[in-house]
Amino acid sequence: MRHIISLLMENEAGALSRVAGLFSARGYNIESLTVAVTEDPTLSRMTIVTTGSDDVIEQIIKQLNKLIDVVKVLDLNDGKHIERELMLVKVKATGVYKDEMKRMCDIFRGRIIDVADNSYTIELTGSCSKLDAFIEAIDRSAILETVRTGASGIGRGDRILKV
Amino acid sequence: MDSSAHSATDSHTKSMTGADIVINCLNEEKVKFVFGYPGGAVLHIYDALYKQNGFKHILVRHEQAAVHAADAYSRATGDVGVALVTSGPGATNAVTGIATAYMDSIPLVVISGQVPVPAIGMDAFQEVDMVGITRPCVKHNFLVKHVKDIAPTIKKAFFIAKTGRPGPVVVDIPKDITAHIADFIYPKTVEMRSYSPILKGHSGQIKKAVKLLLGAKRPMIYTGGGLVLGNGSAELVRLAKALNFPVTNTLMGLGGYPATDKQFVGMLGMHGSYEANMAMQHCDVLLAVGARFDDRVIGNPKHFSGQKRTIIHIDVDPSSISKRVKVDVPIVGDVQSVLADMVEILAQEENKTTDTADWWDQINEWRGVQSLDYTYSDTVIKPQYVVQKLWEVTNGEAYVTSDVGQHQMWAAQYYKFDKPRRWINSGGLGTMGVGLPYAMGCQFADKHAQVACITGEGSIQMNIQELSTCAQYGLPIKVILLNNRYLGMVRQWQEFFYENRYSESYMDSLPDFVKLAESYGHIGMQITNPADVEGALKEAFARKDKFVFMDFLTDQAENVFPMVENGKGLSEMVLSPLSGSRLKGEQ
Repeated sequence: MRHIISLLMENEAGALSRVAGLFSARGYNIESLTVAVTEDPTLSRMTIVTTGSDDVIEQIIKQLNKLIDVVKVLDLNDGKHIERELMLVKVKATGVYKDEMKRMCDIFRGRIIDVADNSYTIELTGSCSKLDAFIEAIDRSAILETVRTGASGIGRGDRILKV
Repeated sequence: MDSSAHSATDSHTKSMTGADIVINCLNEEKVKFVFGYPGGAVLHIYDALYKQNGFKHILVRHEQAAVHAADAYSRATGDVGVALVTSGPGATNAVTGIATAYMDSIPLVVISGQVPVPAIGMDAFQEVDMVGITRPCVKHNFLVKHVKDIAPTIKKAFFIAKTGRPGPVVVDIPKDITAHIADFIYPKTVEMRSYSPILKGHSGQIKKAVKLLLGAKRPMIYTGGGLVLGNGSAELVRLAKALNFPVTNTLMGLGGYPATDKQFVGMLGMHGSYEANMAMQHCDVLLAVGARFDDRVIGNPKHFSGQKRTIIHIDVDPSSISKRVKVDVPIVGDVQSVLADMVEILAQEENKTTDTADWWDQINEWRGVQSLDYTYSDTVIKPQYVVQKLWEVTNGEAYVTSDVGQHQMWAAQYYKFDKPRRWINSGGLGTMGVGLPYAMGCQFADKHAQVACITGEGSIQMNIQELSTCAQYGLPIKVILLNNRYLGMVRQWQEFFYENRYSESYMDSLPDFVKLAESYGHIGMQITNPADVEGALKEAFARKDKFVFMDFLTDQAENVFPMVENGKGLSEMVLSPLSGSRLKGEQ
């Protein structure tokens, strides 16, 4: 099953590679991994999207907790949560594509953030599946380039991951 | 680098170089021995070391041996072992030692030199990314980039190494940092928001566990290296005695429960005793203490779980619980504290009678198979016989180190360890070459103790250069070489599973070990006749001040039994022909 794991870790050199190394050494999947500093500059927050059986997920959480730099770990799937990912897609904007891309962008509530002679760059946020759906919906041959940030997640309401 | 609060040792601080700070930190930690090897990046540290007399530096002949010796020192004493190596090749040579300690959860602080900070990343001479290379085989590691960080980092390193589930910690220190000047302030305490091991077990879980134990019809206690490292042996003995339950130890756990006690059913696992493996498989309530159900212990986990039983698991590391086998009552905590709580709760129970008479009858029937029996020969030395005689000659009180292979299993099976921290071997990583440096570490831990290194001719040659270190420090170690002219365990597997194709498992061109030992000023002996075994051992151990290298030419065809083959279940043992003939009925 797909799980979104959030963690807070010391904002120190090498902390990211400890997490990435743990996943590769123990053969766990990483669908996406994002990390950035929090409002507290000594802490980084990481969101890892992974898949695995319940036993594997339990081990992943335990192994992450074991890393000395990791302060807190939360499996967002244990409760209600929100997931967002940002995607930038550069698409062809010539001929029929010019209107088509504008329309698809509107349907998916994206924004065109760069217009060039032959292309648009579309910004789109949403859950991973929404971004997947956009890619599915438009003509594949019109896509020039995509870049995705990977998912960020946060618990709903009072579910707060904080030190 | 450090966000946590530290309180200073005293108000009158002293300015000194980073190198002096390193030395002072080690002395603050009351380190007695540092095992190491100098080189460019650690020259400042070695100069500072020259000018102090707090700890003693032991010069090894290869950095791998430095880490192994520090590791064994820790296993024997319970203190944190310390090694000091230079950058680049010094650091990479140390990696096998670090990985060995990591797999067996041994607390070490390994200080490695690094090229100066401005040279990092420049592919400088003797530069290697030590923090990167060791990341998967350390509990934690640090690269120190400022002289003021040296003391707090070393304080943290010792704290991390010895608390919770112990393990090695690497502190990588660039050369320029060791020349910079700073005030020396050694923190008294460490507070880390990201690291706080659980020590006290959950009282509800402990009560539940005691209830389950009291209701057991076919109970079993299974303990591992965690019991030894957690100093919980005395509490375990009290618990086992109060309950009159059978106890088995893993390879790493030997000595955790006295091997000569009647409740001890022997080691379990791939080469465990018949009664230990059968009892483990058929018990109804299993108490696992500081053990991790690894592949060499329970064999095929599916086969093991096929038999229904209730499992209680005490471990300081939550990630060891329910990793390979589902556990019913997990108790996270320090084994000593949890076992003490269990003993106390048990004492308060009104009805303490357990009904295990039938179970003991069954165990005694399994014991009747005498799975460790072997055929004595008066023409060729049987390796098992040498270990049995060693046990007798040393009154079962020696520190015994081993390398890895058949001799390791025979040492574990035939030397009966009654005390913890006496059996020193590489159980997890299975590192050939540890035996001699391990013996060095034990002899430094206890200079008057009898120290025996049971080894093979393959393993001993992997760190044979340490014969020189033993000469330099006058270590009266006794090497018990079970020399069968084969990489015995490889040969055994090739006999069983590869139709006797002994691919590259014969050790040709062996040195004359007697002459080799003598060339270092040691005593060398070769023993070829079974009748001479006991006398030779007595003679060697009578030489209390000398290193004696005993080359026993043993039976080339001897195999280790019982054996649970790869992928098989615990109760599917292959027995020796002799024991197999005693087996009645089902396995």
